[in-house]
Amino acid sequence: MKLFALIIVIMTGAALIYSTLDMPDWGDPNSPASLHVSPRYIEKTIEETATPNAVTSVLADYRGYDTLGETTVIFTAAVVCILLLRRIEDDKTL
Amino acid sequence: MIRLYNDLIIQTVCRIMIPLIQLFAFYVIAHGHYSPGGGFQGGCILGASFILMLIAYDINWIKRRFSENKNVILIALGVFIYALVGLLCIFLGKEYLNYSAFQKLIPIDIARVRALGTLIIEIGVGITVMAVMVSIFLNLITFGKHEKGEV
Repeated sequence: MKLFALIIVIMTGAALIYSTLDMPDWGDPNSPASLHVSPRYIEKTIEETATPNAVTSVLADYRGYDTLGETTVIFTAAVVCILLLRRIEDDKTL
Repeated sequence: MIRLYNDLIIQTVCRIMIPLIQLFAFYVIAHGHYSPGGGFQGGCILGASFILMLIAYDINWIKRRFSENKNVILIALGVFIYALVGLLCIFLGKEYLNYSAFQKLIPIDIARVRALGTLIIEIGVGITVMAVMVSIFLNLITFGKHEKGEV
């Protein structure tokens, strides 16, 4: 069973590595992200969000949902840590 | 497990450093709108200051001032503040998390209103991250028992 799990992990890893070969180069000006999304944010940030820092405007305004999700992920991590690690000998301590 | 013992030098240095670290954390949270920083980074620094306190002092000393109940409430409070700001924007007639809706409540410049909205959510994120750091560290270091271990 462990061998089966190892084979699955290796296959998944190989598929992921294979898929990275098709990704655009780092900082490639012709990649889709640099052609559509980034110029839009850079040009319209001041006009649409009145924020001088483009990073903040993307983080908190354009992708506010994403940041809310990140916060929820951290919240979930803490809840799971408490559930898994916390040991309560007598119930009065909590 | 860390050995818990009282060291005068460590405790004195921590006593001086911790307020400065916390002040810097608040600066990072509050200035995150215009400079590198924000809720996640500032919350981490703030959590690190409490962890430093935990390492330098006795764990019971911390538990008296920063109980687990309050810590868990703080974890949820941060996410709650964030979601509440979004809902408030809906009730004021704009999209979810569109901070310009606050202009109806506080009639000031649009840039200031947006900075204010971002600041509120950054504070929420900071509270959550700080409480989560402390909670995870406490659970890991004491094997979930939250009491003084013997080395």
